[in-house]
Amino acid sequence: MNLLWIFLGAMLVNNIIFARFLGCCPFLGVSTKTETAKGMGMAVIFVLVLAAVMTWLAYHLVLVPLRLEYLYTLSFILIIAALVQFVELVLKKINPILYKSLGIFLPLITTNCAVLGVAVINMNENYTLIESIVNALGSSIGFLLAILLMSGIRERIDRNTNIPQCLHGLPIALVTAGLMSIAFMGFSGIIK
Amino acid sequence: MNPLKIIKNGIIDESPTLVQCIGLCPTLAVSTSASNGVGMGIAATAVLIGSNMAVSAIRKFVPSEIRIPIFIVVIAGFVTVVQLLISGFAPALDRSLGIFIPLIVVNCIILARAEAFAFKNGVVDSFFDGIGMGLGFTIALTSIGAVRELLGNGTIFDIVLTPAGYQPALLVILAPGGFITLGICMALFRLYKAKAAEKKGIPLPESVGEEGCAACGNAVLCGILGEAGKEIGKEGEKS
Repeated sequence: MNLLWIFLGAMLVNNIIFARFLGCCPFLGVSTKTETAKGMGMAVIFVLVLAAVMTWLAYHLVLVPLRLEYLYTLSFILIIAALVQFVELVLKKINPILYKSLGIFLPLITTNCAVLGVAVINMNENYTLIESIVNALGSSIGFLLAILLMSGIRERIDRNTNIPQCLHGLPIALVTAGLMSIAFMGFSGIIK
Repeated sequence: MNPLKIIKNGIIDESPTLVQCIGLCPTLAVSTSASNGVGMGIAATAVLIGSNMAVSAIRKFVPSEIRIPIFIVVIAGFVTVVQLLISGFAPALDRSLGIFIPLIVVNCIILARAEAFAFKNGVVDSFFDGIGMGLGFTIALTSIGAVRELLGNGTIFDIVLTPAGYQPALLVILAPGGFITLGICMALFRLYKAKAAEKKGIPLPESVGEEGCAACGNAVLCGILGEAGKEIGKEGEKS
């Protein structure tokens, strides 16, 4: 039951974009078309869950026993960067079809604060390995949900010619995201 | 280059937040009050100056194929230092910025400056670029923080500025207010730049942030890390 709350909490209540503000750059940058948004969302799910596992292992099996907890920022970002490169190479070799749909998004994810952010949240909350995976899964599905909804709206907004010149592109997208964020606040009643 | 010109470039012409539209996550998250904005801005500026100078100093010895991982390590080192300093000397700030201090590592501004400026310029110029970009970030954060604090709490830097009967619009401090305020600030800044350009008779530069990743300040980086930036950029151009 606890796991379910973590999952729902990460996906809806503390949505990674609308409540925690993590991963806003790809959320705003790659949400102009639904197709690309879907690819980005899938790649984030893939990398975020893997990164949560790897960083949990590194923190609890290496850093804590060696009393090097203060080096977590440095080691997490290195793990994530290496992981992304590694996944890209493996995917290219093993599953070229999947690589074609996710591959181009993978490098973008290294500097995505959602991945590092969720790893740090897992550490701060003292989650167990299973809880970390569930939290990562919930957060990344929340990201997919947000970016898909956003891209659907933006495809329509871009066709609207009544928007003032200075609001074109990002500003109007930000205002839209604000309104979506209000809607997501409605979920906060789910969890006490 | 003229130091003053480099600094002005960072504050107005290439303001990281309002023009290049990078580093949006911390901007949205910590701009709930003006003092948070200043704190975050100073922390990021310190990292930016340090990493810019370090990257510039070692640029001759770094093979360009593996420069990105090296930049990341340098930046992460400075972030760790700043993080320890903040939690030692400013515990209150540490609590209110929370997770966003370690996340300075992935703040695109810092990596983007290392790549776009420090790797190609001398140590002194990189130092001024760090100050300029850091100031630009700090000013943008502080002003957005001030607007949100004023509307949402009736204060700026904890000084009460509104009459007693004022009902603060709490929503502005909550998450949705961050998006909406930043969107409107960005639009106003563009409007101001467009007006200024018109007055000088310079044609308006193509506005940024239009075509997905192609317009992002990090497109250069992504292009090096992979073909991602280019391909998504191309798709943006098609649409």
